[in-house]
Amino acid sequence: MILSPTIGTRVVRALAILTLFLIASMAVGLSVGSQHIDPASLFRDSFSRTLFFRLRLPRVLLGSIVGSSLALTGGALQALFRNPLADPYTLGVSGGGALGASIAIALGWSSRVAGIPLVFAASFAGAMVAVSLVRTIARTGAVVLPGALLLSGVAVNLIAAAGVLTIEYLTDPSSALRILRWLIGSLDIVGLQPIGRMLWVLAPAWLALLALSRQLNLIAIDEDTAATLGVNVRRCEAIVHTLCALIVGVTVSAGGAIGFVGLIVPHAVRMMFGEDLRIVLPGSLLLGAAFLILADALARTVLPSGELPVGAITGLAGGPVFLWLLRRRQQYAAM
Amino acid sequence: MPDWFEAQHLDYSYANGPLVVRDVSLASTPGTMTAVIGANGSGKSTLIRMLAGLLRPRAGKILLEGILFEDWQPRRRAREIAYVPQSTAAAFPFHAIDMVLSGRTPHTLRFRFESVADVEKAREALETAGAAHLAGRSFTSLSGGERQMVILARALAQEPRLLLLDEPSSSLDLKHRAALIRALAGLSEKKNLSVIMITHDLQLTGAFDRILALRCGEMAAAGTPDEVLRDDVLRDIYSDPDVHARRIGDQTLVWVDL
Repeated sequence: MILSPTIGTRVVRALAILTLFLIASMAVGLSVGSQHIDPASLFRDSFSRTLFFRLRLPRVLLGSIVGSSLALTGGALQALFRNPLADPYTLGVSGGGALGASIAIALGWSSRVAGIPLVFAASFAGAMVAVSLVRTIARTGAVVLPGALLLSGVAVNLIAAAGVLTIEYLTDPSSALRILRWLIGSLDIVGLQPIGRMLWVLAPAWLALLALSRQLNLIAIDEDTAATLGVNVRRCEAIVHTLCALIVGVTVSAGGAIGFVGLIVPHAVRMMFGEDLRIVLPGSLLLGAAFLILADALARTVLPSGELPVGAITGLAGGPVFLWLLRRRQQYAAM
Repeated sequence: MPDWFEAQHLDYSYANGPLVVRDVSLASTPGTMTAVIGANGSGKSTLIRMLAGLLRPRAGKILLEGILFEDWQPRRRAREIAYVPQSTAAAFPFHAIDMVLSGRTPHTLRFRFESVADVEKAREALETAGAAHLAGRSFTSLSGGERQMVILARALAQEPRLLLLDEPSSSLDLKHRAALIRALAGLSEKKNLSVIMITHDLQLTGAFDRILALRCGEMAAAGTPDEVLRDDVLRDIYSDPDVHARRIGDQTLVWVDL
């Protein structure tokens, strides 16, 4: 395989292609639904306008934000732990966030501090505890044990799920129903306001994470190598953990724990454009958005009446990909 | 002239364990090659990891151009010193050329991509390491020896003034082992590269300027190959009375009675 001369051109080409794909996906996401909306009618008909701007557009935007966030953090966590099976879902970060958010919902914390909903904060705290726990258990000295990493992720997920279940059982029925509906993972929102609130936190975190692409690329190759090339590995690791917990926390508190987006999307970008994290991370941001918009469009249209939760679609697509990656990794290990 | 790279009285212990390196000092001047030898577990790798800045000595100090190691900005230091670990595991199938290109990191601005000139340097480094034919291969598909050559190329692309190698020859065949030493000797002569290399292959050490021998974490011997590659010294280093060394022409042959 002949590679084009510089990484710069590869990045530009990859991002251009993925941006076009995202635009196309948005067009699809905006045009499908139980009610057909004719673009021309947006100017004449106030019902169409309301439907479009209060429901359809927010939903597509939320899908793109959640998809971007999960895919970006998935790519970053895979590099950080040098493990192709890592993602917010498999490492229990989403689970921790879900538990935090459930506690907040059960306690009726709908209030905000300095404009930030407490559910965001609780979810971030839960995600942070999960990622710290998983890392502490899996890291012995300078080595992150791949088996221990995934197993501790499984354990954290189970604990978090049990915690959520307990809360649902103990809390009043209306809160329990809210938690249940939200846990399945849905992109059903009304109005553009929540989107703005999320972006206010997420956009800076995305940018901060993208700014670490190069360091993460070196860490993905080898930690010692990164250190001898001038990367402060420990500091980078701490920043990436915090940013991932923040992004996943906010995402989960808005859209529930949608699985496997963070696993599939970075691998798809790798397969198309190569391993360099300077392509994989921004590429995942774009493709993650497109992927979740399309998954949600499918979820909305696959049943003759009503809709499937989008988490069911991503889970059905992601589970087999996980198994396939596991099989491929065992083949590496056997070599 | 003061020594350009200098380690003074280094001690190291893991966690609260005993010292695995005790009071080891060494110095290197531009264009010299130093071999570090010793039995398994004698502290060689720990020593070289301290010299690479990966481990912080419990006691003692490391000076580069007379400036304490910790006072160097990591990126600046990475332009001076490169490190080739014993082995590199790979979780992702990076292309060999991209692995080598990562060696250019300390030379490129933080938010800039590597340029065409950097790619050229990476190709040259692969050439020097004898691994030009591996450029387009995925790292995960390479054998241990091939990986070692690619990692050496990455270190060379870094254009360091001091190259630290941890048993680079262990997974190389006879031909590539000789090629490695020739390449290093060539760079040391032409580009004034300093080399500090751990090796178990005593026959290779004849090509070095100095040999440092460790035993149980302490310096057992240090000197020129002629001073160290002797029956009595080697028997002491390896605690084995059956070690022999004979000089044949330019080479020193070392063997153990079985």
